[in-house]
Amino acid sequence: MRDVVITGIGLVSSAGEGVEAHLAALSGSAAPKTDGETFAPYPVHPAVALDWDKQIAKKSDQRQMEAWQKLGVYAAGLALEAAGVKDDAALKGQMHLIVAAGGGERDYAVDGQILTGLRQAENPGVFLNERLMGDLRPTLFLAQLSNLLAGNISIVHGVTGASRTFMGEESSGVDALRVAQSRIASGQNDIFLVGGAYNAERPDVLLIYEMGGFLWKKPYRPVRERIPEGGGMILGSGACFLVLESREHAAARGAKSLATIAGVASDRSRREPGSIAKALRAQAEKLGAKPDVVISGATGVKGTTEDEQVALTELAPTAAIHATGDVVGHTMEAQAPIGVGLAAALIAEGRAGEALVTSVGHWRGEGAVRLTKA
Amino acid sequence: MARDKQGRPLVAVTGMGVVTSLGQGKHDTWAALTAGKSGIHRINRFPTEGLRTTIAGTIDTVEVEPFSAPLLSERLAMLAAEEAVGQSGLAESDFPGALFIAVPPVEMEWPQRQALAEASGQNGDVSYGALLQAASTGQFKPWHDLFIFGTVADRVADRFGTKGSPISLSTACSSGATAIQLGVEAIRRGEADAALCIGTDGSVNPESLIRFSLLSALSTQNENPEGASKPFSKNRDGFVMGEGGAALVLENAETAKARGATILGYVLGCGEKGDGFHRTRSSPDGTPIIAAIKAGLDDAGMSPDDIDYINAHGTSTPENDKMESMGCMAVFGERMEEVPISSNKSMIGHTLTAAGAVEAVMSLLTIANGRIPPTINHTVPDPAIPLDVVPNVARDANVSYVLSNSFGFGGQNTCLVFGAEPKS
Repeated sequence: MRDVVITGIGLVSSAGEGVEAHLAALSGSAAPKTDGETFAPYPVHPAVALDWDKQIAKKSDQRQMEAWQKLGVYAAGLALEAAGVKDDAALKGQMHLIVAAGGGERDYAVDGQILTGLRQAENPGVFLNERLMGDLRPTLFLAQLSNLLAGNISIVHGVTGASRTFMGEESSGVDALRVAQSRIASGQNDIFLVGGAYNAERPDVLLIYEMGGFLWKKPYRPVRERIPEGGGMILGSGACFLVLESREHAAARGAKSLATIAGVASDRSRREPGSIAKALRAQAEKLGAKPDVVISGATGVKGTTEDEQVALTELAPTAAIHATGDVVGHTMEAQAPIGVGLAAALIAEGRAGEALVTSVGHWRGEGAVRLTKA
Repeated sequence: MARDKQGRPLVAVTGMGVVTSLGQGKHDTWAALTAGKSGIHRINRFPTEGLRTTIAGTIDTVEVEPFSAPLLSERLAMLAAEEAVGQSGLAESDFPGALFIAVPPVEMEWPQRQALAEASGQNGDVSYGALLQAASTGQFKPWHDLFIFGTVADRVADRFGTKGSPISLSTACSSGATAIQLGVEAIRRGEADAALCIGTDGSVNPESLIRFSLLSALSTQNENPEGASKPFSKNRDGFVMGEGGAALVLENAETAKARGATILGYVLGCGEKGDGFHRTRSSPDGTPIIAAIKAGLDDAGMSPDDIDYINAHGTSTPENDKMESMGCMAVFGERMEEVPISSNKSMIGHTLTAAGAVEAVMSLLTIANGRIPPTINHTVPDPAIPLDVVPNVARDANVSYVLSNSFGFGGQNTCLVFGAEPKS
């Protein structure tokens, strides 16, 4: 099996743009940026304002995308730049892409008008048809389709080996990394761009998680401190893309390896008290993890957050434990890629020798990624 | 040793299941498909007044409650997988490998939005604020699970006892083929000796139809529903949405033989290529399509001359059929005039997320039965497409190797090669 290394990290979130801003947020004592007004009573971690032109040159491309896609395309550009491949069209033409994604934004005003009108409509079905036909922007569909983040990365950055989009909330982020890592390790491919993006500043996603009773409705508190008051997640806008390649491939093109992805574990267990701790212990053992830093994807949801904590204190008693939720909020499909991006950056800076990134889904799925020195 | 020329484990197919608008199960679907029957009909699932397209290949015999794309897609996946796993002879609830499932992107649908709006008690203008208020009561909790992206896969994984984290994926209209490709790769890596690969799509509802309609992707030839999907014809004017589910049990050929399984065929090659030209259109020179076909053949260790039949993507859109034809002619050269190529979509419509998997099953049945399903509704040939599209009537032929094409929005191109036996 071949070693798989990370050679480029692209990060954007409420903590800012780039690796340095995120490491500063991780080490600092300031609370992460939160917007408690726009969707009150639901706080969200809003994406930092970005100069889109820097990574998405054409305004026409920017107009074709909604926020989740723009965040992802921007972070992908940062990763390609960091890996030193941004201007290597030939290499990007061979580079494969795995994206963890949900779906895109809706037209909230149109939805509201239709729902209002449906109440009085003589024939609701016909009314719905007429309004959707008349009011939906034709190109909105392309900003909604799950695989169109990947499609936009291909268009804007020319990454055209081939793309695959994984869906399925938090697990999709871990599985994107797992499949890319195995395909490189086994020699099926040499180089991948992998990551995910999430826009939390959308009432439709808040709606889904509020139906399930998963949202925190008070001012920001660190994930673990929410538990005594019932727990809950604060969604965050953000994206992370990573360039993964075989050690040989990186060396041959003179690229600096930042960290090694030593292993990725991903599974799902029937959720019951203690099941998450059990799953994480098994994954850490399988990966041979001896981390001195843990980047936890803890959501703040009651039950899962404490259960994970039990396992972490046991398997990494001396490790520094950070929660991505306390840095950028919960970024769903992008959570595991962001965790891995942070861990790789800590290792690259010599601030950690080995890291374990966990991703326990708010509803299902448990995953862990072990990173070691390059 | 059951290994291919590159020394990788050979991947056998030991179980197949399918459900389409033509019928439930391989037998019914195949019989109708080779009889040249169409499953396209007028939509009666919802009112169609005000729509430009009023026809589809919906599956109306499978009922789910509440009616919604994720639940119908889940049910279609279950039906197909029950048939496939049953045929394979593997344990029905302890499947010895991972699940790779192509599912349509889901989101909350209008009946649920309406129910929330009503529950909000808001008498004035309805906003998302009102919906959120209703959601916070907790009385809609099951809809969280219903409308998140990983649920269909989770339930199918539970039902069949597949191992590890199930992969829910989308590569738009090539998703079904990608599910198979992921399974092939996992077996070749030796991660498991089996994979359950599924494509499913039950998403014909007003909004998804309208979204495609607004992109002018759909046929508007509503007068004669059965005649609307006419791939490769000069008068083609768009695709017809269809619903379907298909499942394939893939196994390491060696372990399959060792357990005495019947081998239905082999997945010999998988090729893919991205296209960064445009969100919905292919590069005008066809380079990515050509590259994907070549990659599939290369992966199988085969040349274009080895292929006996092409199961086309053949959507019946002006763009796809032109580009697919051009791509095939570029790869196959003059011989392309003689290689039969037909589109199942002429009869079952475009089953979108499921299409690559449905057409994989049909490709393998073509090999097994020595009979090529036709491209129906082919009465006005397109002079720009000088191909043998097996017009209107099925044809008996010895078919050992099939190329199956799948192309999708977002620059997705995936090509699979199936064979009766490994290429010696």
